[in-house]
Amino acid sequence: MVPPSFSLNARADIFLFVTELRITVNGDPRSVTGPATLADLLQHLSLDPRAVVVEHNREIVRRPALEVTPLRDGDLVELVHFVGGG
Amino acid sequence: MTTTLASTDLDTPFTIVGRAFRSRLMVGTGKYRSNDEMVRAIEASGAEIVTVAVRRVDLDRTKEAGILYHLDPRQFFLLANTAGCYSTDEAIRYARLGREAGFNEFVKLEVIGDKDTLLPDVDGLLQAARTLAREGFAVLAYTNDDLVTALRLEDAGCAAVMPLASPIGSGLGLLNPFTIRTIKRRLSVPVVVDAGVGTASDACVTMEQGVDGILMNTALAEAADPVRMATAMRHAVEAGRLAFLAGRMPRREVAVPSSPLEGMLD
Repeated sequence: MVPPSFSLNARADIFLFVTELRITVNGDPRSVTGPATLADLLQHLSLDPRAVVVEHNREIVRRPALEVTPLRDGDLVELVHFVGGG
Repeated sequence: MTTTLASTDLDTPFTIVGRAFRSRLMVGTGKYRSNDEMVRAIEASGAEIVTVAVRRVDLDRTKEAGILYHLDPRQFFLLANTAGCYSTDEAIRYARLGREAGFNEFVKLEVIGDKDTLLPDVDGLLQAARTLAREGFAVLAYTNDDLVTALRLEDAGCAAVMPLASPIGSGLGLLNPFTIRTIKRRLSVPVVVDAGVGTASDACVTMEQGVDGILMNTALAEAADPVRMATAMRHAVEAGRLAFLAGRMPRREVAVPSSPLEGMLD
């Protein structure tokens, strides 16, 4: 996949500059190179979008929306899945 | 030739909001020594409904992958819980995440009020139950063995009410058969006893009170041999259920001979 920063599709209009985004993922601070979407973040973390649920600033983002949801500086991202429990 | 009747011929299916299950035993997936042992124990239990928790993905991959890597969601009905939540808002947040991660609208709702006993925060539980029921969730509410709370949970739209036998993970067994029987007698929705069962006799006595099912985790996971204990629990739940349906003989504080008094030798 062509990185979004070099793509010429409509999304490129949203991202004018390559920036460093400081976000929080599962409670830990992280830096990602922007522009980036939630789908890019999952890919960067080698996570299969089908295996996780993404919460972005307290809102659940469904799978089809991951590719069109841009990350912004200061975003809070939670990536959860099912584990053993009673 | 004798024919052994399967217990399914002698009982009706266990039904929650229109979904029918053969097994009245539900099991958790926590605290097993290994994932392999967990899967074998769950299979031995015959359970169809299996609870799971919602937690952060470990981004450092120091832990095993998610539970779905080990349990086939086509084989089991996954029931997401809100374990570890201490407020209404937190429980609602976890329930929504669980629905998104899962395959159904069912949620095992826990709102815990006390760290030592893990007893529920009844007020928070009722609020969360009302909100989630309105959002279309089938809410199975973990609660204490209090009739009035159980009635309010039913009014709140819960699909099932799950009073405890004794505190979560305690293995103390059914501490108050009377309160459980009272709740079962007064509620229309299914009553599933959740938490506290320690061994097979506990499960059997609990089912003998007439409840619709039992949910357990630690009794299997912490048994020295979870697969054998799961098998024992499967039999115990069936035995207790059938004994309840059969109706026990009256208790008498005198002996009554079983053999004829007539025909004795001089």
